[in-house]
Amino acid sequence: MINAFLQLAQVGTGATLVQTLLKSFALGSVYVLIALGFVIIFKATQVLNFAAGALSMAGAMFMTILISDGGLPLLPFGNPLAPAEGETASVVLFFVNVLIALALAALLGLVIERLAIRPMVGQPLFAMAVITLGIEIAIRPFNLDATALEGRRLGVPWGASSWNWGDAVVPKSYIVAVIIAAIAGAGVLLFFRTKLGVAMRAVAFDQEAAMAQGINVGRVFAIAWAMGTALAALGAIVYGMAPFPPGGSVSQEIHPLLALRVLPVIVLGGLDSVAGAIYGGLIIATAEVFAGQYLSQWNSTLGSGYSTIVPYLVMLFMLLVKPYGLFGTPEIRRV
Amino acid sequence: MSEPILEADGITLRFGGVTAIRDVSFHVNEGELFSIIGPNGAGKTSIFNTISQVYRPQEGDIRWKGASIMGHRPDFVAELGIARTFQNIELFPQMTVIENLLLGRHIRMKQNWFQGMLWFGVAKAEEMENRRQVEDIIDFLEIEEWRNHPVALLPYGIQKLVELGRALAMDPELLLLDEPVAGMNLEETEDMARFILDIRRELGISMVMVEHDMGLVMDIADRIMVLDFGEKISEGTPEEVQKDPNVIAAYLGSSDLHVAAE
Repeated sequence: MINAFLQLAQVGTGATLVQTLLKSFALGSVYVLIALGFVIIFKATQVLNFAAGALSMAGAMFMTILISDGGLPLLPFGNPLAPAEGETASVVLFFVNVLIALALAALLGLVIERLAIRPMVGQPLFAMAVITLGIEIAIRPFNLDATALEGRRLGVPWGASSWNWGDAVVPKSYIVAVIIAAIAGAGVLLFFRTKLGVAMRAVAFDQEAAMAQGINVGRVFAIAWAMGTALAALGAIVYGMAPFPPGGSVSQEIHPLLALRVLPVIVLGGLDSVAGAIYGGLIIATAEVFAGQYLSQWNSTLGSGYSTIVPYLVMLFMLLVKPYGLFGTPEIRRV
Repeated sequence: MSEPILEADGITLRFGGVTAIRDVSFHVNEGELFSIIGPNGAGKTSIFNTISQVYRPQEGDIRWKGASIMGHRPDFVAELGIARTFQNIELFPQMTVIENLLLGRHIRMKQNWFQGMLWFGVAKAEEMENRRQVEDIIDFLEIEEWRNHPVALLPYGIQKLVELGRALAMDPELLLLDEPVAGMNLEETEDMARFILDIRRELGISMVMVEHDMGLVMDIADRIMVLDFGEKISEGTPEEVQKDPNVIAAYLGSSDLHVAAE
């Protein structure tokens, strides 16, 4: 029945629909993770982190270094949890390595916050935003040099394999992506109910007043940057699993631009809203994936790759209708 | 009056070549309402900022109950029990009155992150207890009707009260009030004066008040310190200060102070 309808509408079978939906959720999960990174840093510091692209890719690079090189450069010891030469890590070991990579990314976030952001507390937000842009430019070459010749492998144990649900082909990575994003999203939502989460909101509104309430603004900044960087890194790691990029690797064609693709997500959801990041990620990814799947018959008119501009069309529309986003905090002003 | 709870000893604060405060010493006794007055730019708010350690004075020492607080972070000072309000209101504008006051209770909360996330045990009991105390403060300041309004939408005078409420929510032992009645009309000023006196009488909180309204200062302050160009030119009871020729000279030909005080 559904198949007949879909065929009548010339949009393929039910299995195609299931696959497209799942792909939307999977891509949405990547967007959600990176958007959460943006949102946390914005919520605490009121700064849009333009370094998110380089930082997320750096996180994914940590992962490839841990797995493929079996240890970090400059350290006398290798990574005891790395798989042996030519072998793939077990699933458990893989996720342990993911956690280590996230810890390293968080550490990178802490260092950057301490060196470049903390001295700017109390300075104009614009200056701080430009500093994040500088960080992006400073870190990006390391990433690009490392991936100059070929993408670096993440060593995902399940590779590009998939399950078959009826006629639909379901890549395992997609399911993993959705589960990871669900856990991270729930964690962040709950985090803002803790004392520290509330302190973060207070710091975002008024740093001086927050200080007078006994909130350690520096600590809040540090934790926001550590969490934000780790979440962005997690997004980039997930995006390195096949079949997001067909080869299953971190490459310079896709990863540096990933954060840019998340911009429409946070504009749609609201820069300072965790729920907005989650809904925004899913909506944007669905629009993008469905456009790619179901408008393909008009490739000759639209040109190929038009699906990548769909998110920006949604963003443009949102800015016109509701500039604070779906769930963003509108600026309240007494008139 | 008993032992001083706050002592400032020869503090000097410089911004580059400008000396904002020069060798100023004073003390605040327990339960006392100590007022700092002086012309604009005399360094009154800078004194507040050195007490809360937002500014670090280059010289001198500030002691809280005998122990130096120099070099500590502002949030540490707040935790000691020194709460403050600001000259230009610094509330959390998008939050409601209740949320702003609850934030004042933030440092007194003991829940851990796990309890906070899942809302059980200490976190739940604590929230209820804090909410009760916040309601007491709201009753005390008579702002019941505004409790669920975002503060950005409230009238200026009410916002000043909310800020006072947030400072009270921190269970302070010393309250720093930076121009509590600036920009208020006569009626609002009288209300604020009543609240300040009530705070001292019912809650026994010591206060330091910076204020331009001479009538208010002369009426309710126990002791007054007068600053001019960052230097202390007089200190004493309202009567003593009003008769001090230095003070009269600083206030441009004298008559303002007397007229305002009458």
